[in-house]
Amino acid sequence: MSTAADTPLEASTPQATTRGVSDVLTVTDLGISVGPVPLVQDVSFGIGAGERVGLIGESGSGKSLTALSLLGLLPEGLRATGSVHLAGVADNLLGLRERRLAEIRGSLISMVFQEPMTALNPVMRVGDQVAEVMLLHRTQPSRARAAAAAVELLERVRLPDPASIARAYPHQLSGGQRQRVMLAIALANDPALLICDEPTTALDVTVQAQMLDLIVELTAERGTALLFITHDLAVVASVCQRVLVMYGGRVVEAGDVYDVFTAPRHPYTQGLVAASDLSLVDDRGRLRTIPGVVPGAGEFPDGCVFRTRCPRATAECERTPAWSGSPARGFACWHPVGGDQ
Amino acid sequence: MTALDDVAAAHRPRFRPRVNAGMVVGGLLVGLVVLAALVSFVWTPHDPLHVDSEQRLLPAFRADHVLGTDKFGRDVLSQLMVGARTTLFVGIVAVGIAAVLGTPLGMLAGMVGGWLGELVMRGNDLLFAFPALLLAIMFGAVFGASTLTAMIAIGIATIPAFARVARAQTLGVMRTEFVLAARAAGRSRFAIALRHVLPNISSVVIVQASVSFAIAILAEAALSFLGFGTRPPTPSWGRMLQESQELLFLAPRLAFWPGLAIALAVLGFNLLGDGLRDWLDPKLREHR
Amino acid sequence: MTEPPKNAAAQVAPASPVEPAATGEAADVVIAARGVVRRFRRPRRSLLRPGPVVEALRGVDLDIRYGERLGIVGESGSGKSTLIRLLAGLDRPTAGSIRFAGREITRASERSLKFLRRDLQMVFQDPMGSLDPRMKVRDIISEPLVALGHPDARGRVAELLDAVGLPAAAADRYPHQFSGGQRQRISIARALAPRPKVLVADEPVSALDVSVRAQILNLLMDLVEDFSLTLVFVSHDLSVVRHLCDTVVVMHDGEIVERGPTADVYDHPTHPYTRTLLAAAPTLKQALAAHRARAVAEGRQG
Repeated sequence: MSTAADTPLEASTPQATTRGVSDVLTVTDLGISVGPVPLVQDVSFGIGAGERVGLIGESGSGKSLTALSLLGLLPEGLRATGSVHLAGVADNLLGLRERRLAEIRGSLISMVFQEPMTALNPVMRVGDQVAEVMLLHRTQPSRARAAAAAVELLERVRLPDPASIARAYPHQLSGGQRQRVMLAIALANDPALLICDEPTTALDVTVQAQMLDLIVELTAERGTALLFITHDLAVVASVCQRVLVMYGGRVVEAGDVYDVFTAPRHPYTQGLVAASDLSLVDDRGRLRTIPGVVPGAGEFPDGCVFRTRCPRATAECERTPAWSGSPARGFACWHPVGGDQ
Repeated sequence: MTALDDVAAAHRPRFRPRVNAGMVVGGLLVGLVVLAALVSFVWTPHDPLHVDSEQRLLPAFRADHVLGTDKFGRDVLSQLMVGARTTLFVGIVAVGIAAVLGTPLGMLAGMVGGWLGELVMRGNDLLFAFPALLLAIMFGAVFGASTLTAMIAIGIATIPAFARVARAQTLGVMRTEFVLAARAAGRSRFAIALRHVLPNISSVVIVQASVSFAIAILAEAALSFLGFGTRPPTPSWGRMLQESQELLFLAPRLAFWPGLAIALAVLGFNLLGDGLRDWLDPKLREHR
Repeated sequence: MTEPPKNAAAQVAPASPVEPAATGEAADVVIAARGVVRRFRRPRRSLLRPGPVVEALRGVDLDIRYGERLGIVGESGSGKSTLIRLLAGLDRPTAGSIRFAGREITRASERSLKFLRRDLQMVFQDPMGSLDPRMKVRDIISEPLVALGHPDARGRVAELLDAVGLPAAAADRYPHQFSGGQRQRISIARALAPRPKVLVADEPVSALDVSVRAQILNLLMDLVEDFSLTLVFVSHDLSVVRHLCDTVVVMHDGEIVERGPTADVYDHPTHPYTRTLLAAAPTLKQALAAHRARAVAEGRQG
């Protein structure tokens, strides 16, 4: 019945998503802190070529900071530790100098942000902006070729009449069109990894569905690895194959989208899935909630980050839970849903 | 929920104390000027107007004349202290006039908008076109040059700066949802102006005030220098600079001390203005 | 899906679709809009021709009954936000009439709209922007009462904070010290202060996290029941409206294209735009079902 949910997955790559094989990106023990306060801790995951991995979490979960750290875009005062390895780059990305990072951004790793209006230069024509990223990384030999390639890219992102769109300024386009331009810029140099941070949150529902289809189609056909960050469970489920659930700066559960959402092991994941299901009500017609509020950044408890709100917490949870399972499918909890493994 | 929100959460200015170094330094400097002015009503080392031809052009750091004397034998320190009165007086009155008249004007233009707002702003532009100097000359010609005419002229010439700044901020505040909520609650426009707009534009107005204060001091100095401000023999930092001109190579210290006094006063008010703005901001009020 | 419990104080349970009455309005109608049009003129870009006209609303007819929980869905540009600003008396329509409890509000002066300010209150979308950062929570919540000239405006603050699940100590703090969900609670407390009959909510949960959204929606349901409120809930999120509202109105391009009881409209949409909207909105269940179907087709899972 629903077209949005069907089409994205039709286009997934034939090469099977082998669990744990991280050809493109390997993140090990990533930590981000501001001064003495930890914001992200012990984050480890990998993404293979053509794989679509979702990173889901609420405010303060650290999901956006994690993405920014991959590109070396953390703001002043924040430090990142651990290692981030990208296929084709020998060194740890976290230790690289700005100059080297600038070469990598836009060519090996690209990012699409939430607000297209602020991400595009308002006084530059859209086609020029697409061409610029290619000329910057020298993937096109001349201005003329870059301009032509830009028009092709705009067509590839399904913008009607790409030649005249290329001559337009951002304010002349709609939100959905601008976001497609952002996608064209991101994919212009055929990056190995595409990071999307809430790319459709600011868009209308009908436009959102088309945009998600487009992202899946283009990454699948080019074999681009995708890291998709969002707070919307339905979007993750319709776009991604694997998902990482973050809370309080830690990954609390990871695995195949279907497994994690239908049979969650971590109490937070279970609470999140229940809270987002608006058809699930008790006999008074009320939704399921996770008790309490998300603590502010830096105010998460020691040990298990979720223990202050968890119905299954015990004294044991004052120790940080070890990861159970494999890096690709597992959870961090002493008292998982469904009993111990 | 975006990268910026996470970062903003991490970066909430919780480690910056409410009373910071800048504010303390600014307060000290301003305090020094105020102290000098107040004390001068009761006591100065010497009578600043006393001319003593035997004691002319004495250098500084002596027991009897701490900062030396000028070409008429008048004690420099005493002149600075009494001159501080003029400085403060001019600054406060000029900025006071400008703020009290200019801010409501800008708020009105921002809240009412339409042709009235346009009219107000065009009038503002007209006023902006008159430099303080010209106004002071005009006033001086009509009412006779004095400290009073100088500060009123400077005050009027500074109104447009406040009106501009107030209007720009007001426009931003009027677009917020909390003002819409206030309207939905039934608040009158006047109440909204007083309770919502004014507190939210206060920080820029305060910064503007400290900047304008500094400019007012300099303007008074310039006017006195040119003879349109404080009349002799009343001491004024600006006039002290003027009088030191002809002896600049012989006794540069006579330009140095009033120049330093002006610079420190200006710095002090700027720092104090910044500090005051931060002090009033509820977001910086406590450690989160 | 379970039926939302019927409002105990509803005088007439809205059994029929939300069609405006042919002549005047019935006694149970609290808001009646007829032929509401709102045009905006964009600023001019050339010296000779005036700016283009935008028709935000093209003639809207709507009846809202006491005790109803009405959802207004639409995308950006549909006119839904414009419509509720007009219903709340925060804007004047270009043409048409709006009556609140039988009284015309479109051409009334601000002074004579005091009754509207007391009986209809709004909750806004942006938890950060809808609270004055320079005011204490106590003053924010009591503001509607101050505006109405209530003798003891601050007296109800503690009671209101309790009703929305915030501690009494919150009254002395500033908005920036609270999370998004808590700020929305403050917004709701403010809206409840003058004991309104109608609560209009403009996308109140769109900017909130998923788990917080569930809490705020539960809170809204509690309050609507406890205080016998009429709820007008605007959203672009279809599933939220389905959960919360008993009647829904779908807007597109300045017009109402479909209306009726929620279950009817969602299960049997008649207008093509409604169908498009329903098809485009991803739900977790559908996405997971598709996952499963593919897995089965590929023989990966049993």
